[in-house]
Amino acid sequence: MMNNIPELLIWMIPGLPLAAFAALFILVRSLKIRSTLNGYLAIAATAASFALSLWVAAGLFTAPAEHGIAGFEWLNLGGLLVIELGLTINPLTGIMLVVVTLVSLLVQIYSLGYMHGSKSLNRYFAFISLFTFAMLGLVMADNLLIMFMCWELVGLCSYLLIGFWYHRPAAAQAARKAFFITRIGDFGFLAAILLLFTSAGTLNVNEIHAAAIAGAVSSTVVTWAALGIFMGAMGKSAQFPLHTWLPDAMEGPTPVSALIHAATMVASGVFLVGRMYPLFELSPTALSTVATIGAVTALFAGTIALVMHDIKKVLAYSTISQLGYMMLGLGLGGVAIALFHLFTHAFFKALLFMGAGSVNHSTGTFDMRKMGGLARLMPWTCATFVIGALSLSGIWPLAGFFSKEEILNSALSNQPVLFAMALATAFMTAFYMFRVVFLTFGGEYQSRLKPHESGRVMIIPMLVLAVLAVSAGWLNLTGRLTTVLGHGHEHSWIYGFLGIFTHPLAWISLAVAGSGIFLAWAMYQKRWISARKIAWTFRSAYTVFFHKYWIDELYEKYIGARLLNNGLFNLFNRFDAVVIDGTVNDVAGLNLKSSKAIRTLQNGRLTQYGLVFLFGIAAIALLVIFTG
Amino acid sequence: MVPGLEQYLILSAIIFSIGLFGAITKRSAVVILICIEIMLAGVNIAMVAFSRFITPVELTGQSFSVFVIVVAAAEVAVGLAIILALYRQRHTIDTDKIDLLKW
Repeated sequence: MMNNIPELLIWMIPGLPLAAFAALFILVRSLKIRSTLNGYLAIAATAASFALSLWVAAGLFTAPAEHGIAGFEWLNLGGLLVIELGLTINPLTGIMLVVVTLVSLLVQIYSLGYMHGSKSLNRYFAFISLFTFAMLGLVMADNLLIMFMCWELVGLCSYLLIGFWYHRPAAAQAARKAFFITRIGDFGFLAAILLLFTSAGTLNVNEIHAAAIAGAVSSTVVTWAALGIFMGAMGKSAQFPLHTWLPDAMEGPTPVSALIHAATMVASGVFLVGRMYPLFELSPTALSTVATIGAVTALFAGTIALVMHDIKKVLAYSTISQLGYMMLGLGLGGVAIALFHLFTHAFFKALLFMGAGSVNHSTGTFDMRKMGGLARLMPWTCATFVIGALSLSGIWPLAGFFSKEEILNSALSNQPVLFAMALATAFMTAFYMFRVVFLTFGGEYQSRLKPHESGRVMIIPMLVLAVLAVSAGWLNLTGRLTTVLGHGHEHSWIYGFLGIFTHPLAWISLAVAGSGIFLAWAMYQKRWISARKIAWTFRSAYTVFFHKYWIDELYEKYIGARLLNNGLFNLFNRFDAVVIDGTVNDVAGLNLKSSKAIRTLQNGRLTQYGLVFLFGIAAIALLVIFTG
Repeated sequence: MVPGLEQYLILSAIIFSIGLFGAITKRSAVVILICIEIMLAGVNIAMVAFSRFITPVELTGQSFSVFVIVVAAAEVAVGLAIILALYRQRHTIDTDKIDLLKW
C-alpha cells in the first residue's frame, strides 16, 4: 500500500467516527452515562481520523496515484449484481478527507463551547460523528450504490441536525424542507445510477468511467446520466432552483451550519460531479449545463445576500453563491480548480459561520440591525471574521484570491458572458461580506446587553481556521495542488505568489473586490451614502431581492398548493377513489350478489344435506356403472 | 337352504338402507349416530360375505370389517362427546336447531 500505510488504517478513517457514533448512541444510551466526556470521545475519534487522513493526503500530494482498496463482497444477487464494499484513494479523495476531518474536528471542539449547557449533547455529538462517517464514506466509496447510501446518510444527518432543536417549529419545518427538496435532486441521482447500471452493467465508478470512455455506453445515455448526477448535486449543493432549503437550514445550531451547510455536505455535490467528471467530459451538454447553472446560482444568490438582515442568512446565500462558483469552475475548467475553491472555501466559510456563532453566543441574536460596535467587545472574533471576509472577497494574498482567480481565469478564456456574471458576483461578495463586517463590528453597540468575548474553546478553532483562510491558497502557489488533481502545470512559487500580477485579470478581480469593500465601507461605516436611499432608489430591485425572488412563495403557493395539492394530488385522490377503491368495491359487490343467489342452498337442515349427499353419491355410482 | 352370497348382499343392502333412511329422516343427533352405526353394520356384512365367497383364502374383508368396527367405536366416542358439549351449550340435540353457521 501507498506510503506503507496498512489498509486497516485506511478503513479506520471512516471507521473511527462510526465507532464513536455507535459508542455514543448505543452504549451511552443504554448505560445512561451522560457526561461531557461524550464530546471528547467524538473529538478523539475525529482527531485520529484527521491524522490518518493527513498521512494519506501527504502521500498523495508527493506522489499522486489512484489506489483501490479491495473490500469484501457485500451483496451478490445470483451473479447479476455483485456489490463489493471497497474504498478508493485518489487525490480528489485525499483533499476531501482532509477538509472533512479537519473541519469536523474544529467544529466539534468549537461546539464544546457553543453548545455548552445545551440539552442532549449526547445526541448532538452522536449525529456529528455519524455525519463525519457518512461524509468520509461518500468520499471514499468506490461504487455508486455505497456512494448513494452515504449520500442519503449525510442528508439524514443534515435533517437530524437542522432539526436538533426539534421543539422549535421553525427548526422542524426547516429540517423537513431540507429533506424534501434534496430528495428531488436525489431522484435524479438514483435514476442516473440505474441508467448507468443498465447500460454499463456495473456500479463500480472506475469501471463505469472505463466503459464510458471506451464507448460501451451510448453518448445519449452518458448525457442523461451526467444530467441526473448533476441534478443530485444541485439538490445537495443548493443550486438554483433547488436552493431554497439551505437558507432555512440555518435554523440548526451554528456549528452544524459551519460543518454541514458551509464546508462539507453542501460541497459534496461539487465533489460528486468531480468524481464522475469523466462522464461529464464526454458530454458537452452536461458540462455547459453545469457551468450555466453555476453562474446563474452564483449571481442570483449573491443579489439576495446583499439585502438580508440576518448574518447567517447572508452567509447561507453566500455559500450558495460560492457553490455556484465551484459549479462554474467544474463546467468550464475542470475538477482541479473547483476542488481548489472547495478546499479554500471550506476553511473561510466555516470560519465565518463560527464567527457568526460567536457573535450570537454573546448577543443572543443574528439580526445585524441589533448589533454594531462589537469590534472592541469581541476583538478575537472580529479579527478572525475580518480575515474570513477578506479571504472570501478574494483579497491577495489570502486563500480565496487564488482559488477564485483560477475560476475567473477559466471563465474568461471560455465563456465571456459567464465571466461577466462571475465578476459581478465577486463584486457583490466583497460588498455583502463587508456590509456584515461593518454592521456587526463597526459603529456603536445598539443594545443594552453586555456582550463578551467567547471562551478559549471557541476562539482556538477560529484561529486555526483563520490561519488556514490565509494560507490554504499557498498550497497551490507552485501549481502543485491543481496538478495533483489533474489539471494545471507547476511553476516556481514566486511566480505563483507575484507572477499572477503580470496577467491583467488579477488586477481586475482585485479592483472589483476592493471597490465592493470600499462601497460597503462608505455606506455602512462612514455612512456617506445612505443605504436607505439606495434601497429606495432601486426599490423594485430591492423588493425582488428582499423577497428572494419570491421563489419560496412560488414553490409553496403555486407549485406546492395549486399544482401538486389541488392538481396532481387531487387527481391521484380521485384515481384512488374511482379506480382502485372502485375495483375493490365492485369485486366485493359481485361476491355479495352471487352469494345471495346461492345462500338459499345453505338452509341448516342436516336431513336435507344428507339427502343431497345421497343423491350425489347415487348419481356418481350410476355414472360409473353405466359408463364403465 | 344354505344362504349364498346373493342373500347376504340383499341383507346387507336392506340394513344399509334402513340406516340411511334413519340418518336422513331423523332429527335427533343421537338417533342419527345410531343410524350411521347401522349403515356401517350393513357394509360390514357385505365385506365379510365377499371375503367368504370370493376370496376364501385371504382374510382381507374380515380384517377390513374389524378396522371399520374400531373406527366406528372411536367415531361414536367423538360424536357423543360433541353431542354432549352441544347439549350443554344449547340444551337441545335437534340438528335442525343447531344452525348457528347458517347464513
